[in-house]
Amino acid sequence: MTVLDNETVRPAAEVLRAHAEDAFADELAALAAADDRPRPARWRLSPWAVATYLLGGTLPDGTVITPKYVGPRRIVEVAVTTLATDRALLLLGVPGTAKTWVSEHLAAAVSGDSTLLVQGTAGTPEEAIRYGWNYAQLLAHGPSRDALVPSPVMRAMAEGMTARVEELTRIPADVQDTLITILSEKTLPIPELGQEVQAVRGFNLIATANDRDRGVNELSSALRRRFNTVVLPLPESVDAEVDIVARRVDQLGRSLDLPPGPDGIDEIRRVVTVFRELRDGITADGRTKVKSPSGTLSTAEAISVVTGGLALAAHFGDGVLRAGDIAAGILGAVVRDPAADRVIWKEYLEAVVRERDGWKDFYRACREVSG
Amino acid sequence: MRAVHTAEVGSAHGGAGSGPWILGVRHHGPGSARAVRAALDAQRPRAVLIEGPPEADALVALAADEEMRPPVALLAHVVDEPGRSAFWPFAEFSPEWVAVNWALEHGVPVRFIDLPAAHSLAMRAEEEKEEEREREKEGPAGWEGESGAEGEPGAGGQSGDGGEPGDGGEPGAAGGPGAEGGPAADPDAESAADPDAEPAADPSAEVLRVDPIAVLAETAGYDDPERWWEDVVEYRGQTADALAPFAALAEAMGALREVYGAGGHDRDLVREAYMRLQMRVAAKEFGPEYAVVCGAWHVPALREKTTVTADRALLKGLPKAKVDMTWVPWTHRRLARASGYGAGIDSPGWYAHLFAAPDRPVERWLTKVAGLLRDEDRLVSSAHVIEAVRLAETLAVMRGRPLPGLSETTDAVRAVFCDGSDVPLSLIHDRLIVGDVLGEVPSAAPAVPLQRDLTRIQKSLRLKPEALERELELDLRQANDAERSRLLHRLRLLGIGWGEPAAATRGSTGTFRESWRLRWEPELSVRVAEAGIWGTTVLGAATAKAESDAVGAAALADVTALAERCLLAALPDALPVVMRVLADRAALDADVGHLAQALPALVRSLRYGDVRGTDTGALTEVAAGLAERVFVGLAPACAGLDADGAAEMRTHVDAVHGAVGLLDDERHAKATGPDTAGATATDTAATLPPSATDGIRPRWYTVLHTLGTRDTVPGVIRGRAVRLLLDEGELSQDEAGRLMGLALSVGTPPAEAAAWIDGFVGGGSGGMLLVHDERLLGLVDAWLTSVPATAFTDVLPLLRRTFSAYEPGVRRTLGELVRRGPAAQPAATAAVGVPGFADALDEERAAAVLPVVRLLLGLDASPEDSDALAEAAG
Repeated sequence: MTVLDNETVRPAAEVLRAHAEDAFADELAALAAADDRPRPARWRLSPWAVATYLLGGTLPDGTVITPKYVGPRRIVEVAVTTLATDRALLLLGVPGTAKTWVSEHLAAAVSGDSTLLVQGTAGTPEEAIRYGWNYAQLLAHGPSRDALVPSPVMRAMAEGMTARVEELTRIPADVQDTLITILSEKTLPIPELGQEVQAVRGFNLIATANDRDRGVNELSSALRRRFNTVVLPLPESVDAEVDIVARRVDQLGRSLDLPPGPDGIDEIRRVVTVFRELRDGITADGRTKVKSPSGTLSTAEAISVVTGGLALAAHFGDGVLRAGDIAAGILGAVVRDPAADRVIWKEYLEAVVRERDGWKDFYRACREVSG
Repeated sequence: MRAVHTAEVGSAHGGAGSGPWILGVRHHGPGSARAVRAALDAQRPRAVLIEGPPEADALVALAADEEMRPPVALLAHVVDEPGRSAFWPFAEFSPEWVAVNWALEHGVPVRFIDLPAAHSLAMRAEEEKEEEREREKEGPAGWEGESGAEGEPGAGGQSGDGGEPGDGGEPGAAGGPGAEGGPAADPDAESAADPDAEPAADPSAEVLRVDPIAVLAETAGYDDPERWWEDVVEYRGQTADALAPFAALAEAMGALREVYGAGGHDRDLVREAYMRLQMRVAAKEFGPEYAVVCGAWHVPALREKTTVTADRALLKGLPKAKVDMTWVPWTHRRLARASGYGAGIDSPGWYAHLFAAPDRPVERWLTKVAGLLRDEDRLVSSAHVIEAVRLAETLAVMRGRPLPGLSETTDAVRAVFCDGSDVPLSLIHDRLIVGDVLGEVPSAAPAVPLQRDLTRIQKSLRLKPEALERELELDLRQANDAERSRLLHRLRLLGIGWGEPAAATRGSTGTFRESWRLRWEPELSVRVAEAGIWGTTVLGAATAKAESDAVGAAALADVTALAERCLLAALPDALPVVMRVLADRAALDADVGHLAQALPALVRSLRYGDVRGTDTGALTEVAAGLAERVFVGLAPACAGLDADGAAEMRTHVDAVHGAVGLLDDERHAKATGPDTAGATATDTAATLPPSATDGIRPRWYTVLHTLGTRDTVPGVIRGRAVRLLLDEGELSQDEAGRLMGLALSVGTPPAEAAAWIDGFVGGGSGGMLLVHDERLLGLVDAWLTSVPATAFTDVLPLLRRTFSAYEPGVRRTLGELVRRGPAAQPAATAAVGVPGFADALDEERAAAVLPVVRLLLGLDASPEDSDALAEAAG
């Protein structure tokens, strides 16, 4: 953290979204206390404890660790194990499969700091990954380490921490390739000074990339070879997904001061069911095939539909989450391509939703907003 | 080696007297196999007893044959009923196989000591009759679902083939899963250490059966029994004492059996009694130095001290059947559970690798995987392999396993080789983890039951296999010929190309006649042997093959073609599976072209089904559903096509049109009675009045209307749609004329207009149609005469393109027709209201011509004539 950051630090409750290591500081501390397994150099926790932190569990002293990631254990184990080797980790997945979420928590659990972050965009410059210069210093005193502005990756290397690169495939290919030396030689040369920064043990890198964006800036095979790839899947069962949505909606709702509706869970289940059925192209009972719209209909979208519905109910309705509050949100999420998706949505409404017991209100609400 | 060993046998155990050695194993466990070999090498018994049917004793020598290559299976089947059978599969890494080979190498006698197949097959038959009786009480509805669920290769349940023509008459035989049923019925194929759970003959009655490995694994805190077994037994290194692992396992099993008794496996008690008796016989012959290789579950029972009489009592009154035994080739896929083999192992390829790899199994395995991926043009370097090994090992440490297992290596492969994708992984699973290994059996092995079944059917149908090619004409209305046709179709499905369908020599296209070209090539016998893996009867094997083909079919049209073949071959049991696949594929296939392609074959099947008296109710439903989807999707799919796409779509439209006609007839015939079903398709499609339809046809017309009038649809399809509607009398001539005028007007691009004409009257038959159909000619004529002079030159080349495709004769007739005009065709009076032609002769105008004709002919002009002439001239 730079000086500037220190001045703006606020209590965790005040900020809109606390860093993982702050929000779950208690759990991390409890895990560290209970963890007697060998830790790799500069890791705050053992790999086993990191996996427990992500997947949840109960410690011997009774501390309950909440699950951060609800999904196959295998995925988390491979991810953590990868970080323990010297290979970098690439998290792939369609939008909304908790890639960033997992990477943040991994970094928080492994290094206790999830802020060494490079956000990948089409305009991410090489300096964001290597280092930049403080030009005032540079002009006044010439090139020196003092004039150098290190990137998060460089700092992670120097301190043996976990660096994160978000949306790796959005970064231009030539900038991506600066990572190759860092990941294979574990060093970052500074030719201007004739120096280099060598990574100390404990350094590793977590990158996330969007499956659907693959075409944007496909990784070169040289760079790809430096990563172990883990694909984060969409939730396996309805219950798992309802659980995820409810959990996140609750957390988000609290930070937005939204009252949770008593019937919320039923509507959440409905949203999740609709999303899953459209995504999988088959109804939950496995009897009817339906067409899939063009949108991803990820869990994250389900979360935002429900959160939006909650806000709608709180501010414009009677405070109870009802079918009408989520109908518009669902329509917006499903119908991305106005022509094709609308037909698919209507077919689904007529063929599936109308026939379903206890979904009359939802059907009517959807008909209303669909026009 | 052999000489040394045999010489030592006597001395090695001179004083020890520690035999007999009962080696409890897990069937198909590579670790067990290795341990068995080590134990046998260490103890050198004088005889090896193996859990297996004693009928195989005579065949055991074949196991050492050079041509014998595992995986193979012992197949026992009842002599008169090849469908009643059971398999005992052996892989290279099966402990039993290892024991057999060790014994043969060392010249030690091998005995199979399990209950004879003669009893076990007969017992199953009895149980099954019981069940049948039960089921009959419950009502007949039950069996269909079950036989569907059992749909697996070699589920030789169809004892009725040939023997009971008409089949399906024996619900119990067809439906009793695991009754005489193929591999699933094999009691010794268990993945676990042999609980011998016959695959749930009746789930409700068998739920109490215990899986001993699962119990032990749970006790040890594992959720996956397989993994526990692998950790504890398979991955453990060699210990100094070759017998130690067996002792530990026997102890655990003893504890289990104390608690659970027979664990719900009642027949085990009988089998174990038989095994004990055989052990006594062996003890008498060889002394105590013999080894027994059996499922670990049986070990405590075999150690038990019981009296001979008690054991005999258990075996009293067992039913018996006459049983034949042989070796058949087996495959890794069959060993795997995924192939519907109720009891088996997930990963035969992986086990084979573990068994074959001398050291460093993980490194070797990952190198193998890398090789496979490289062959598939994926970039996998040695650095990848190194990283994958490291990841697998770290994962194993993190998960607390002694060695990386299949799940660790698979996770590593996914993360390092496959970029996290499961797609290449499924290839690895298919090729390596399961594997493509196909066993071989020496030619000296007795014939497979499928061959016998085929011979029997050939005899009963009087259809001899002859090397000389000959034609065979079949009249499907005769029972014998119908059976012959079914046999040939079934064999074709199995890839046994004895008969190939030939073009009918008599030029008859009737659906009740079939022509075949028969020729029996010697290699067809090999094909029969290969097809033996699908089942033991022709019917059963064809059913299993058809089901497997349906699941693996690539295109929708393939599945409908398969459905057609299933009907031709009369495979009612395969049909539900094929239908299900078909329905799924049809629901998912968004390409209207595919759907349209699939429809005709399906509708054709409906017709064949009728001729052959098969029930096609389900098929009709699927066909109607398919047609419905085509109707919905056709109009959007026709928009914005290029010329080639449009031409292709036009053939689809034609195909669907024909199919709809047939389908509608079919439904109509069903409603009114079977008599009309024989009517040929082509006439009815064209002439059937629309009043005879019950829904499908009107909807199709609506679709055609849409196609004909929508501007975004290419001209060739629009023209075609209008023409089809006109043919069906669904469009008035005026309307058709208007549409034609619209399509050919100046505002339409010339290419589009030409395409429209092409669609309207193009194609081989278009010219003849114009010749014979005054109305169409009239339409074209009317349009042509109304084309303004300036536009005519633009249109001319386009028209030439269409009309030049007609045959010269047709062209000339057309020309003459146009020149002669309507007067030359008295028959054409029926064509009322054709534009450009009057209903009948216009007497007045005709009379007006007469004076001129007379004048030209030099006849005298009468006064009236001259008046008329004056009138005409005026």
